[in-house]
Amino acid sequence: MNDFLNQVRLVWDWLTSSQQWHGDDGIPHRLIEHLTYSGISLFFAALIGLAFGLLVGHTGRGAFAVATVANLARAIPTFGLVVLVVTLAGLSTTPVLIALVALAVPPILINTYEGVRGVDPDTRDAARGVGMTEWEVLLRVEVPMALPLILLGLRIAAIQVVATATVAAYPGLGGLGRFIVDGLSRNDYELVIGGSTVVVALALVVQVAFTALRRVIVSPGLQVAASKS
Amino acid sequence: MSDDEPLIRWQWIGDHAAELADYTGIHLRLGLLPVLFGLIISIPLGILCHRWRWLYPPVLTVANILYSIPSLALFMIFVRYTGLTERTVMIPLTLYTLSVLVPNVVDGLASVPEPVRLAATAMGFGAIRRVVQVELPIAVPVVIAGVRVAAVSSISLVAVGQLIGQGGLGYYITRGLQLDFPTPIITAIVLIMLLALATDALLVLAQRLLTPWSRNKVRAS
Repeated sequence: MNDFLNQVRLVWDWLTSSQQWHGDDGIPHRLIEHLTYSGISLFFAALIGLAFGLLVGHTGRGAFAVATVANLARAIPTFGLVVLVVTLAGLSTTPVLIALVALAVPPILINTYEGVRGVDPDTRDAARGVGMTEWEVLLRVEVPMALPLILLGLRIAAIQVVATATVAAYPGLGGLGRFIVDGLSRNDYELVIGGSTVVVALALVVQVAFTALRRVIVSPGLQVAASKS
Repeated sequence: MSDDEPLIRWQWIGDHAAELADYTGIHLRLGLLPVLFGLIISIPLGILCHRWRWLYPPVLTVANILYSIPSLALFMIFVRYTGLTERTVMIPLTLYTLSVLVPNVVDGLASVPEPVRLAATAMGFGAIRRVVQVELPIAVPVVIAGVRVAAVSSISLVAVGQLIGQGGLGYYITRGLQLDFPTPIITAIVLIMLLALATDALLVLAQRLLTPWSRNKVRAS
């Protein structure tokens, strides 16, 4: 317990020393880098994953391909992929961001697809029966009903991107992982654990943000069902 | 990387076959023991959550929060207590499996038809024997679906452990970067994916053997 308190004090001292809050090695700069990598990757992954997930879910064609992609993607060691990209393309941000997008697409794709496919066929037929066009069926019935799963997919992708962006510090990128990787190579435990704390805090914020988002945008009629999953 | 360096030097793979096999063994241990530990924790925890529903939301929230913490940060937090050992990699990986395994145990138990439960009770099964001999076997397909996801993710995550010197095949990933030599990196990625997919296939097979009665239904999942 004493050791734990020591650790807390260590982290607190590190977080509150002023050098942590200025310059290229400061927390704000690294945090912005991390959020930029993660935000850009998640944005493009969401565009691709949602588009294909909705298409496949609505038409029912290509379901097998979606399942295969999702299975294969889970098996890819993200760390290996990022290191490989840097080895092949050199140390620049864009190739790594492309890798992050590739890793974030599958969870969004599979959950969007599952969400749309899971809509009760009777509901879908009823929507067509009252004269909705296919677009209206998709956007006003299927998407709102699939929203809990779509958000789950986005959350898993966000967690994945934040974690992989941390690891991307190893082959030389910026972001919050820098603190951990630099701390490890300099045997500076304070830096390692301080950096880890900031990473954990960011992960918690992402988690809370998605929980809040679901409360706000998922239809009240689906909230009970959503809280079970 | 120099321009005349090929993507793969097959010669290198041949020269390192024995060493690769050793690291593959270590990788499997680091990736799969956490799934086993996760299952040992999740089955009783899932049964408790199924029995007392109020327990489920807080347990799930904790498991999800643990899952959202990037592995690199979680490894570092444990380094303080367990050093640069295999345990430092396996404890976080075990914690990650809970967010998949606990819900699947709970859902699996919930999938047991009420008449089956009632029939077991009518035949004189006590609560514990009913769970172990009737409900858990019926829950096997759903539980194994979770084990598949957990095992594949766990095997692919092990590589990050290389940053504290315990990454199984991840060794070749950092080695390749240091030498600016893509062959070991590609070899490691391919081997890790093969391990994950082979484990997945074996689990599907295990499920067929364990639940011969559900052979027709399994195909749907």
